[in-house]
Amino acid sequence: MSKASYIRRYWQLYALLSLPIIYFLIFRYGPMYGVQIAFKDFNLFQGINGSEWIGFEAFREVFGMKEFYSSLRNTFMLNFLDLVVSFPAPIILAIMLYEIKSVWFKKVSQTLLYIPHFISWVIIGGIVYQLFGNQSGMVNGLLESMGLNPIPFLTEKGPWLITYLFTGVWQSAGWGTILYLAALTGVNRELFEAAEVDGATRMKKICYITLPSIKPTIVTLLILNLGKMVSIGFDRPYVIGNTAVREYSDVLSTFVYRIGLESGQYTLATVVGLFQAVVGLVFILGSNYISKKVTGDGIL
Amino acid sequence: MSERTSNRIFDIVNVTFVALFVLFCLAPFVHVIAVSLSSTRAITSGEVTIFPIEINWKAYVQVFTDNAMIRSLIFTIILTVATTVLCMLFTIAAAYPLTKSKLKGRKLFMYVIIITMFFSGGIIPEYLLIRDLHMIDTVWSLILPGLVSPFNLIILISFFRNIPPSLEESAEIDGSSHFRTLMSIVLPLSMPVMATLALFYAVGRWNGFQDSLMYINNPDLYPLQLKLFQMVQNNMITELTQLEGANRTKLPPESLKAATVVFATVPILVVYPWLQKYFVSGVMLGAVKG
Repeated sequence: MSKASYIRRYWQLYALLSLPIIYFLIFRYGPMYGVQIAFKDFNLFQGINGSEWIGFEAFREVFGMKEFYSSLRNTFMLNFLDLVVSFPAPIILAIMLYEIKSVWFKKVSQTLLYIPHFISWVIIGGIVYQLFGNQSGMVNGLLESMGLNPIPFLTEKGPWLITYLFTGVWQSAGWGTILYLAALTGVNRELFEAAEVDGATRMKKICYITLPSIKPTIVTLLILNLGKMVSIGFDRPYVIGNTAVREYSDVLSTFVYRIGLESGQYTLATVVGLFQAVVGLVFILGSNYISKKVTGDGIL
Repeated sequence: MSERTSNRIFDIVNVTFVALFVLFCLAPFVHVIAVSLSSTRAITSGEVTIFPIEINWKAYVQVFTDNAMIRSLIFTIILTVATTVLCMLFTIAAAYPLTKSKLKGRKLFMYVIIITMFFSGGIIPEYLLIRDLHMIDTVWSLILPGLVSPFNLIILISFFRNIPPSLEESAEIDGSSHFRTLMSIVLPLSMPVMATLALFYAVGRWNGFQDSLMYINNPDLYPLQLKLFQMVQNNMITELTQLEGANRTKLPPESLKAATVVFATVPILVVYPWLQKYFVSGVMLGAVKG
């Protein structure tokens, strides 16, 4: 095809593509250009180019901050606990849903189970307060009416951690079943019939047919989760956390927000953000490598 | 125990467990609705659990007659619709050309997009960019930064690829331009995935909160979630200071906070069941291909 006819044929596609590409260059690559302020003594009035280079000085300062380590530790801790508590929940739930024979009951339960995923963390924060507030929360009200001591769900380490994890399960367990149920639609029904002929019980069928058939999905999601160990959403710890438990609720994303946008230490906050991005990238590439070794299939 | 009875027991236990989990998901909503309809006396004395006590609509009357709240609701609806439309236009504009294997530079464009899934500048450089573009305190700061989600884009590309190429080829032979093929063949065949992605973008915008916290200082441009957050945050602060014995008369009544939570949740719950049948297949497709 000659150049002229190629252009005549494809110019419309390039015209279409130009809009999103401009978007990516400005709004996704623009901030990457701004990352250089991690190495500069950034001053709002002099701008990115006018500020002086300081090399790794800001990195030294960040790595000397106690709060940096505590928010790094909290990020790992909350992600790890989430992995232990929230990761298995949708697997169990998906298997139970799969075993249900009544189509309408299954459909209705699925519809209702997905709902929490569509609720913002801000609203969940409001609901958590209504339920677990020290003074006016329903749960403590019930405990008191039974003659028990109220539990400081939102203001003390142990109870706060449980509240945090519990809201995670509540918000995501139902939605998480979608992927496993999708994997289960591919299971050959004859396997179950054959197992039945051999006299396998329901539990045996689950252990030897259902679970193995979603194993690849489980492994892939596990690896994806491991890859996200240093990245943590902002909304959930920010909304569920509060000053009383900051020692445990401050994570990298809220730490960046606090020192950057609340205290105006742009350079230090950018350093933490860059640290998070680079370590996150290493984790993703690493878990992708492991995934390729273990399952023969990567996510990249 | 015969096999049939053990099967029955299994089914009963299973259905009970799933039903309990469904209740566990719904109970918090039911409680909040009950609080929103109950009297202040019943709430403070801790009588309200899942049924409203001393039913009244005062809290809702107050929310619906609060001009700032209504303005915020209308603003958030318009913002959500506008964002969703723009996001879909940009995502389609990226996805359609990228399905054409003969397009020169296609691989390069894919790399440019995919890299952004794994590395980003972080919120401080993003904030400075928005500031330098003079978009602080404008609606653009809430619309433009998240215009295309690479994840949604990949779902759309894999859906477009599944459309039989012969359909597009025959249109081309009939002299149809790319625009026309896209509009009259590809898009009508893609309604399920379009509904899915539109719901994702809409829910993301409706629930989005961090960007408004960062970019919006003008109360006239507060989306609902930011307004709500301030109420919740006030709760948190008063809750904590109450421990130190501050007086609680200044607090808005619990029922008002609950009514506001209901007020901000209902629109999503109204839209969601209509689109649910689409997004399950849409998500599954993304899971299998992505």
